[in-house]
Amino acid sequence: MVLIVIIVSFTPMILVGGVIYDQFHESYHEKVYAHLEVLVKKHKQNIDAFLKEKLSDIRFFSAAFNFQELSNEAFLEEKLLTLREEYNEVFEDLGVVNDQGIQTAYAGPFKLVKADYSEADWFKRAVKSEYFISDVFLGLRGMPHFIVAVRRTWEGKHWILRATINFMAFNSIVENLRIGKTGIAFILNREGQFQTKLHSGIVSTEGCVNFLRSLKRNGDKIHIIEKCADSGKATIYVTAFLKGGDWLLIYKQDRLDAFSDLKHSQMTAILIFIIGGLCIITMAIVLSRGMVSRMANADQEKEMMNQQVIETGKLASIGQLAAGIAHEINNPVAIMVEEAGWIQDLLEEEDLKETENLNEFQRALKQINTQGKRCKEITHKLLSFARKTDSTVHDVHINEMIEDVVGLSAQSASYSKVVIDTKIQKDMPSVRMSQTEMQQVLLNLINNALDAMNKKGGTIDISSWSENKHVIIEVSDDGPGIPGANLARIFDPFFTTKPVGKGTGLGLSICYGIIKRMNGEIDVNSVVDKGTTFRIRIPLS
Amino acid sequence: MAGKEEGQTGRIQLLLVDDEEGFVNVVAKRMAKRGIDATKSYGGSESIQALRKQEFDVAVLDLKMEDMDGIEVLKIFKKMDPEMPVIMLTGHGSEQAAKEGMEYGAFDYLTKPCRLEELIEKIREAVAKE
Repeated sequence: MVLIVIIVSFTPMILVGGVIYDQFHESYHEKVYAHLEVLVKKHKQNIDAFLKEKLSDIRFFSAAFNFQELSNEAFLEEKLLTLREEYNEVFEDLGVVNDQGIQTAYAGPFKLVKADYSEADWFKRAVKSEYFISDVFLGLRGMPHFIVAVRRTWEGKHWILRATINFMAFNSIVENLRIGKTGIAFILNREGQFQTKLHSGIVSTEGCVNFLRSLKRNGDKIHIIEKCADSGKATIYVTAFLKGGDWLLIYKQDRLDAFSDLKHSQMTAILIFIIGGLCIITMAIVLSRGMVSRMANADQEKEMMNQQVIETGKLASIGQLAAGIAHEINNPVAIMVEEAGWIQDLLEEEDLKETENLNEFQRALKQINTQGKRCKEITHKLLSFARKTDSTVHDVHINEMIEDVVGLSAQSASYSKVVIDTKIQKDMPSVRMSQTEMQQVLLNLINNALDAMNKKGGTIDISSWSENKHVIIEVSDDGPGIPGANLARIFDPFFTTKPVGKGTGLGLSICYGIIKRMNGEIDVNSVVDKGTTFRIRIPLS
Repeated sequence: MAGKEEGQTGRIQLLLVDDEEGFVNVVAKRMAKRGIDATKSYGGSESIQALRKQEFDVAVLDLKMEDMDGIEVLKIFKKMDPEMPVIMLTGHGSEQAAKEGMEYGAFDYLTKPCRLEELIEKIREAVAKE
């Protein structure tokens, strides 16, 4: 049963949870990817704009001033200052290089006048195109930097205006894209060399180079791939080309970090699922046990009720039978008693007074009368068992009634050396019942207790109280108690433990019948050598 | 219908009605010894016949008889002789029927089996009241 309840509860929960989880997982992935794509695209545009801007500045100077003007170092220094003021020291230096690769003029912190760049890679490439942005290299100064160069012609010869871009300034722009704990951006060139600071987490850039080569270098396309990083962690790479496909901007973030919110939601969902599951299992066990116990109780109560119905039915049929017998016996007994009376009348006549056995006749007649009266008492009790003499119902004050009965029993109690104590609850509500019937019940119980104590003395406690819309009356004695074997038969008609002629065995049957007619209950608890308690429970309405 | 004879003889004229012959016979004999002339009737119809023939000072009527219901007999008695007191005999536990009889004009009721002295006392009481 527990298993069925658990399966029935869990199946829809798992199905619904699974579907929701799948949908959420999918849409969250899409959302994160889209977000990263937008960010990287924007970042790529920023970096491209930065490079273009720096190139435009150099182009402007090269167009606005001729070779001669710019070859004047003081003039060049002035222009460098202007640029540095404008761009916050992004420009490190400015130089004018002739077509032989010799720097003819220089403005900047290093002593690079007359520096020979004829063999420098950047010069070879810069001299071939109108403008040029180099990769990052150490150069003559031995520090990472890159060059923005513009080629112009003066008197039939090419010359180049070059500017060095502060590596740290450029690097800070690139690294400006930081998301989560592990999200970083960097730039590689075609050879897989870093164009920004080296990152400790990246040991090999070979994979990136292969990737770089495998892609068509078309402008704005953003690529997102997921693969294991060198550290072994699943990593998301978002890439975009810069500088017309020469550089690759790579944004890298641990997958776990990128999806940390999702992970957090997953953990919360799993926690809720586990707690919910535990609650369901606990409830299933508790409810099932409760139901099983309730069913067992119901079965037990049903069994008890069946037993009571059988018992009541048995008592009712015995009662009817007894009533019929009592009616039938009454008439012959009446005739018998009257015939005995008639003989007594005749004995009064003078001639018979002389009879030798007169005394014996009179004794016998007296005995017939006595036994006739006994028969009458028995039939009366039998009829009381079936139907009480005065069953008029009216409001009865239980406490007053108890006091009356105790008063009635006082003499016989003192004769038996028994003390009757009453513990009655004050302000007891009155109950609609037949007073004489209830008195009969109490008298019967008190008389039984007195008989049981057999003149050895003791105490009878009578208590009354009301609870749950019922009035409770208890009659307890500290007599010898009732053996278990007799306890079950105590309310059966004609069951008696008293000597022959002393009890009819109908007293408690009558009590039982009376209390049942009041829709009440009477039960008995007895411990041998400790005493017996009869408890009567009568509904107030 | 013959007139009452009590005035002439000093004895009470009683109509004793019960379908238990043994009871009627012995009670009638014992009453005779106590100054009561009991006319024996062994059933309801027989008692009605007897009342037609003679007036009585008092009637003792059993409520439970085989041929007629005692209450019905009482009603007829009351129609025939409204002045005649009727004492009902009822079984133990049948007091309700006796109380019903009281409503139809019965003088009183006794529970069977009752002591003869008790019955005679009741008879004398009824006659005295009448």
